[in-house]
Amino acid sequence: MTCEEARPLLDAYIDGELELMLSFDIERHVRGCAACARAVGNIRALSGELSAGAAYYSAPPALAARVRAAIRNEQRAQGRALLPLVRFNFRWVAGAAALLMAAIVGSAVLVPRPSPDDAIARAVVADHVRSLMENHLTDVLSSDQHTVKPWFDGRVDFAPPVEDFAARGFPLVGGRLDYLSDRAVAAVIYRRRKHVINLFVWPTPGARDTAMTTGVRQGYNLVHWTRAGLTYWVVSNLNGAELREFSEMVLARG
Amino acid sequence: MPHLDAAYNLARYLMRNDYDADDAVQDACLRALRYFGGFRGGDGRVWLLKIVRNACYTRLRRGRSRELEAEFDDELSSPDAEVANPETLVLRSADAGALTRALDQLPEEFREILVMREMEGLSYKEIADVTTLPIGTVMSRLARARKRMQRLLLAGPAKES
Repeated sequence: MTCEEARPLLDAYIDGELELMLSFDIERHVRGCAACARAVGNIRALSGELSAGAAYYSAPPALAARVRAAIRNEQRAQGRALLPLVRFNFRWVAGAAALLMAAIVGSAVLVPRPSPDDAIARAVVADHVRSLMENHLTDVLSSDQHTVKPWFDGRVDFAPPVEDFAARGFPLVGGRLDYLSDRAVAAVIYRRRKHVINLFVWPTPGARDTAMTTGVRQGYNLVHWTRAGLTYWVVSNLNGAELREFSEMVLARG
Repeated sequence: MPHLDAAYNLARYLMRNDYDADDAVQDACLRALRYFGGFRGGDGRVWLLKIVRNACYTRLRRGRSRELEAEFDDELSSPDAEVANPETLVLRSADAGALTRALDQLPEEFREILVMREMEGLSYKEIADVTTLPIGTVMSRLARARKRMQRLLLAGPAKES
């Protein structure tokens, strides 16, 4: 790879937005090219400064109050307009407003990045990438849940939900044992078309149930929730909507 | 209120003053309520940012006939300029003022993309959703925006020649 080829891609490389193989090519080039290495250093430095050093303007508290009041007014006006026409329209409006407030205020369902779990999210993505790179996707390769399920017995002290969702377009590929954030975790692998999905599960005794949160990291979509003392992380380069559909399915059966 | 902060931060950088940012965000929230049928689920922050951005541009356009500020792009992205040996950028993280001033000097299309990427951590896909630009354009515009920032910072008092 030449400098002319590498230069326009350096930003996407640093942002983790390149295909894995292309990313390797850039990495190799940068290792042997002082000028491109300096360009990478500059972009990283600038990027770091902007995210940490530049002013971040948080919404003034008065604005939040103003917005809430304005929404309530609008709300009331809409409710009045719709009520005489169709009675239960009001319920729809109320539901829409609740969802809207969730979107603005940021409920658990819509939190864009799982920020408190940032370190774990990073580890989960790294592990996902590693599983694809090292040709070590599965320890037990089987689309049969009655093979994969017992395989986990005796290897981990909890029962990860293993089920073949082939009928819904998410066939089971197999299972793997991983080590993540200082604990053994079960990885159950599924597929959607060409996309590999890693479902990580580990016990967090006493942890409260949490709603599903979704996020994006290095171009990978993440879904996370906690249910009945088990923590779940789903990661894939599959699009967010389908990954979410998959997660809902797991949550429903888990 | 994480989404409201994201909305306000973007609006504040686009409008460059508190007063107009306040108005644009309130405007956007009301628009969001009216357009609620257009919300297809997914990331509420991306959806809200898109509406906030539209509200800001409406205001900016109303305020002035917008000159096209990105006209220097061709010069900037000429291959010679890109592959020339870059100077090492010396940044002093203490000087947040210089960073913010440099950001404010950029044309809006460069400013907003840096805010979305560096401050909100949006992926290229999410930025493409907010701006309705193709991902390839997001990639090249972000690269140009960073290059411009580097020039502004190098041209500033930190420059040593």
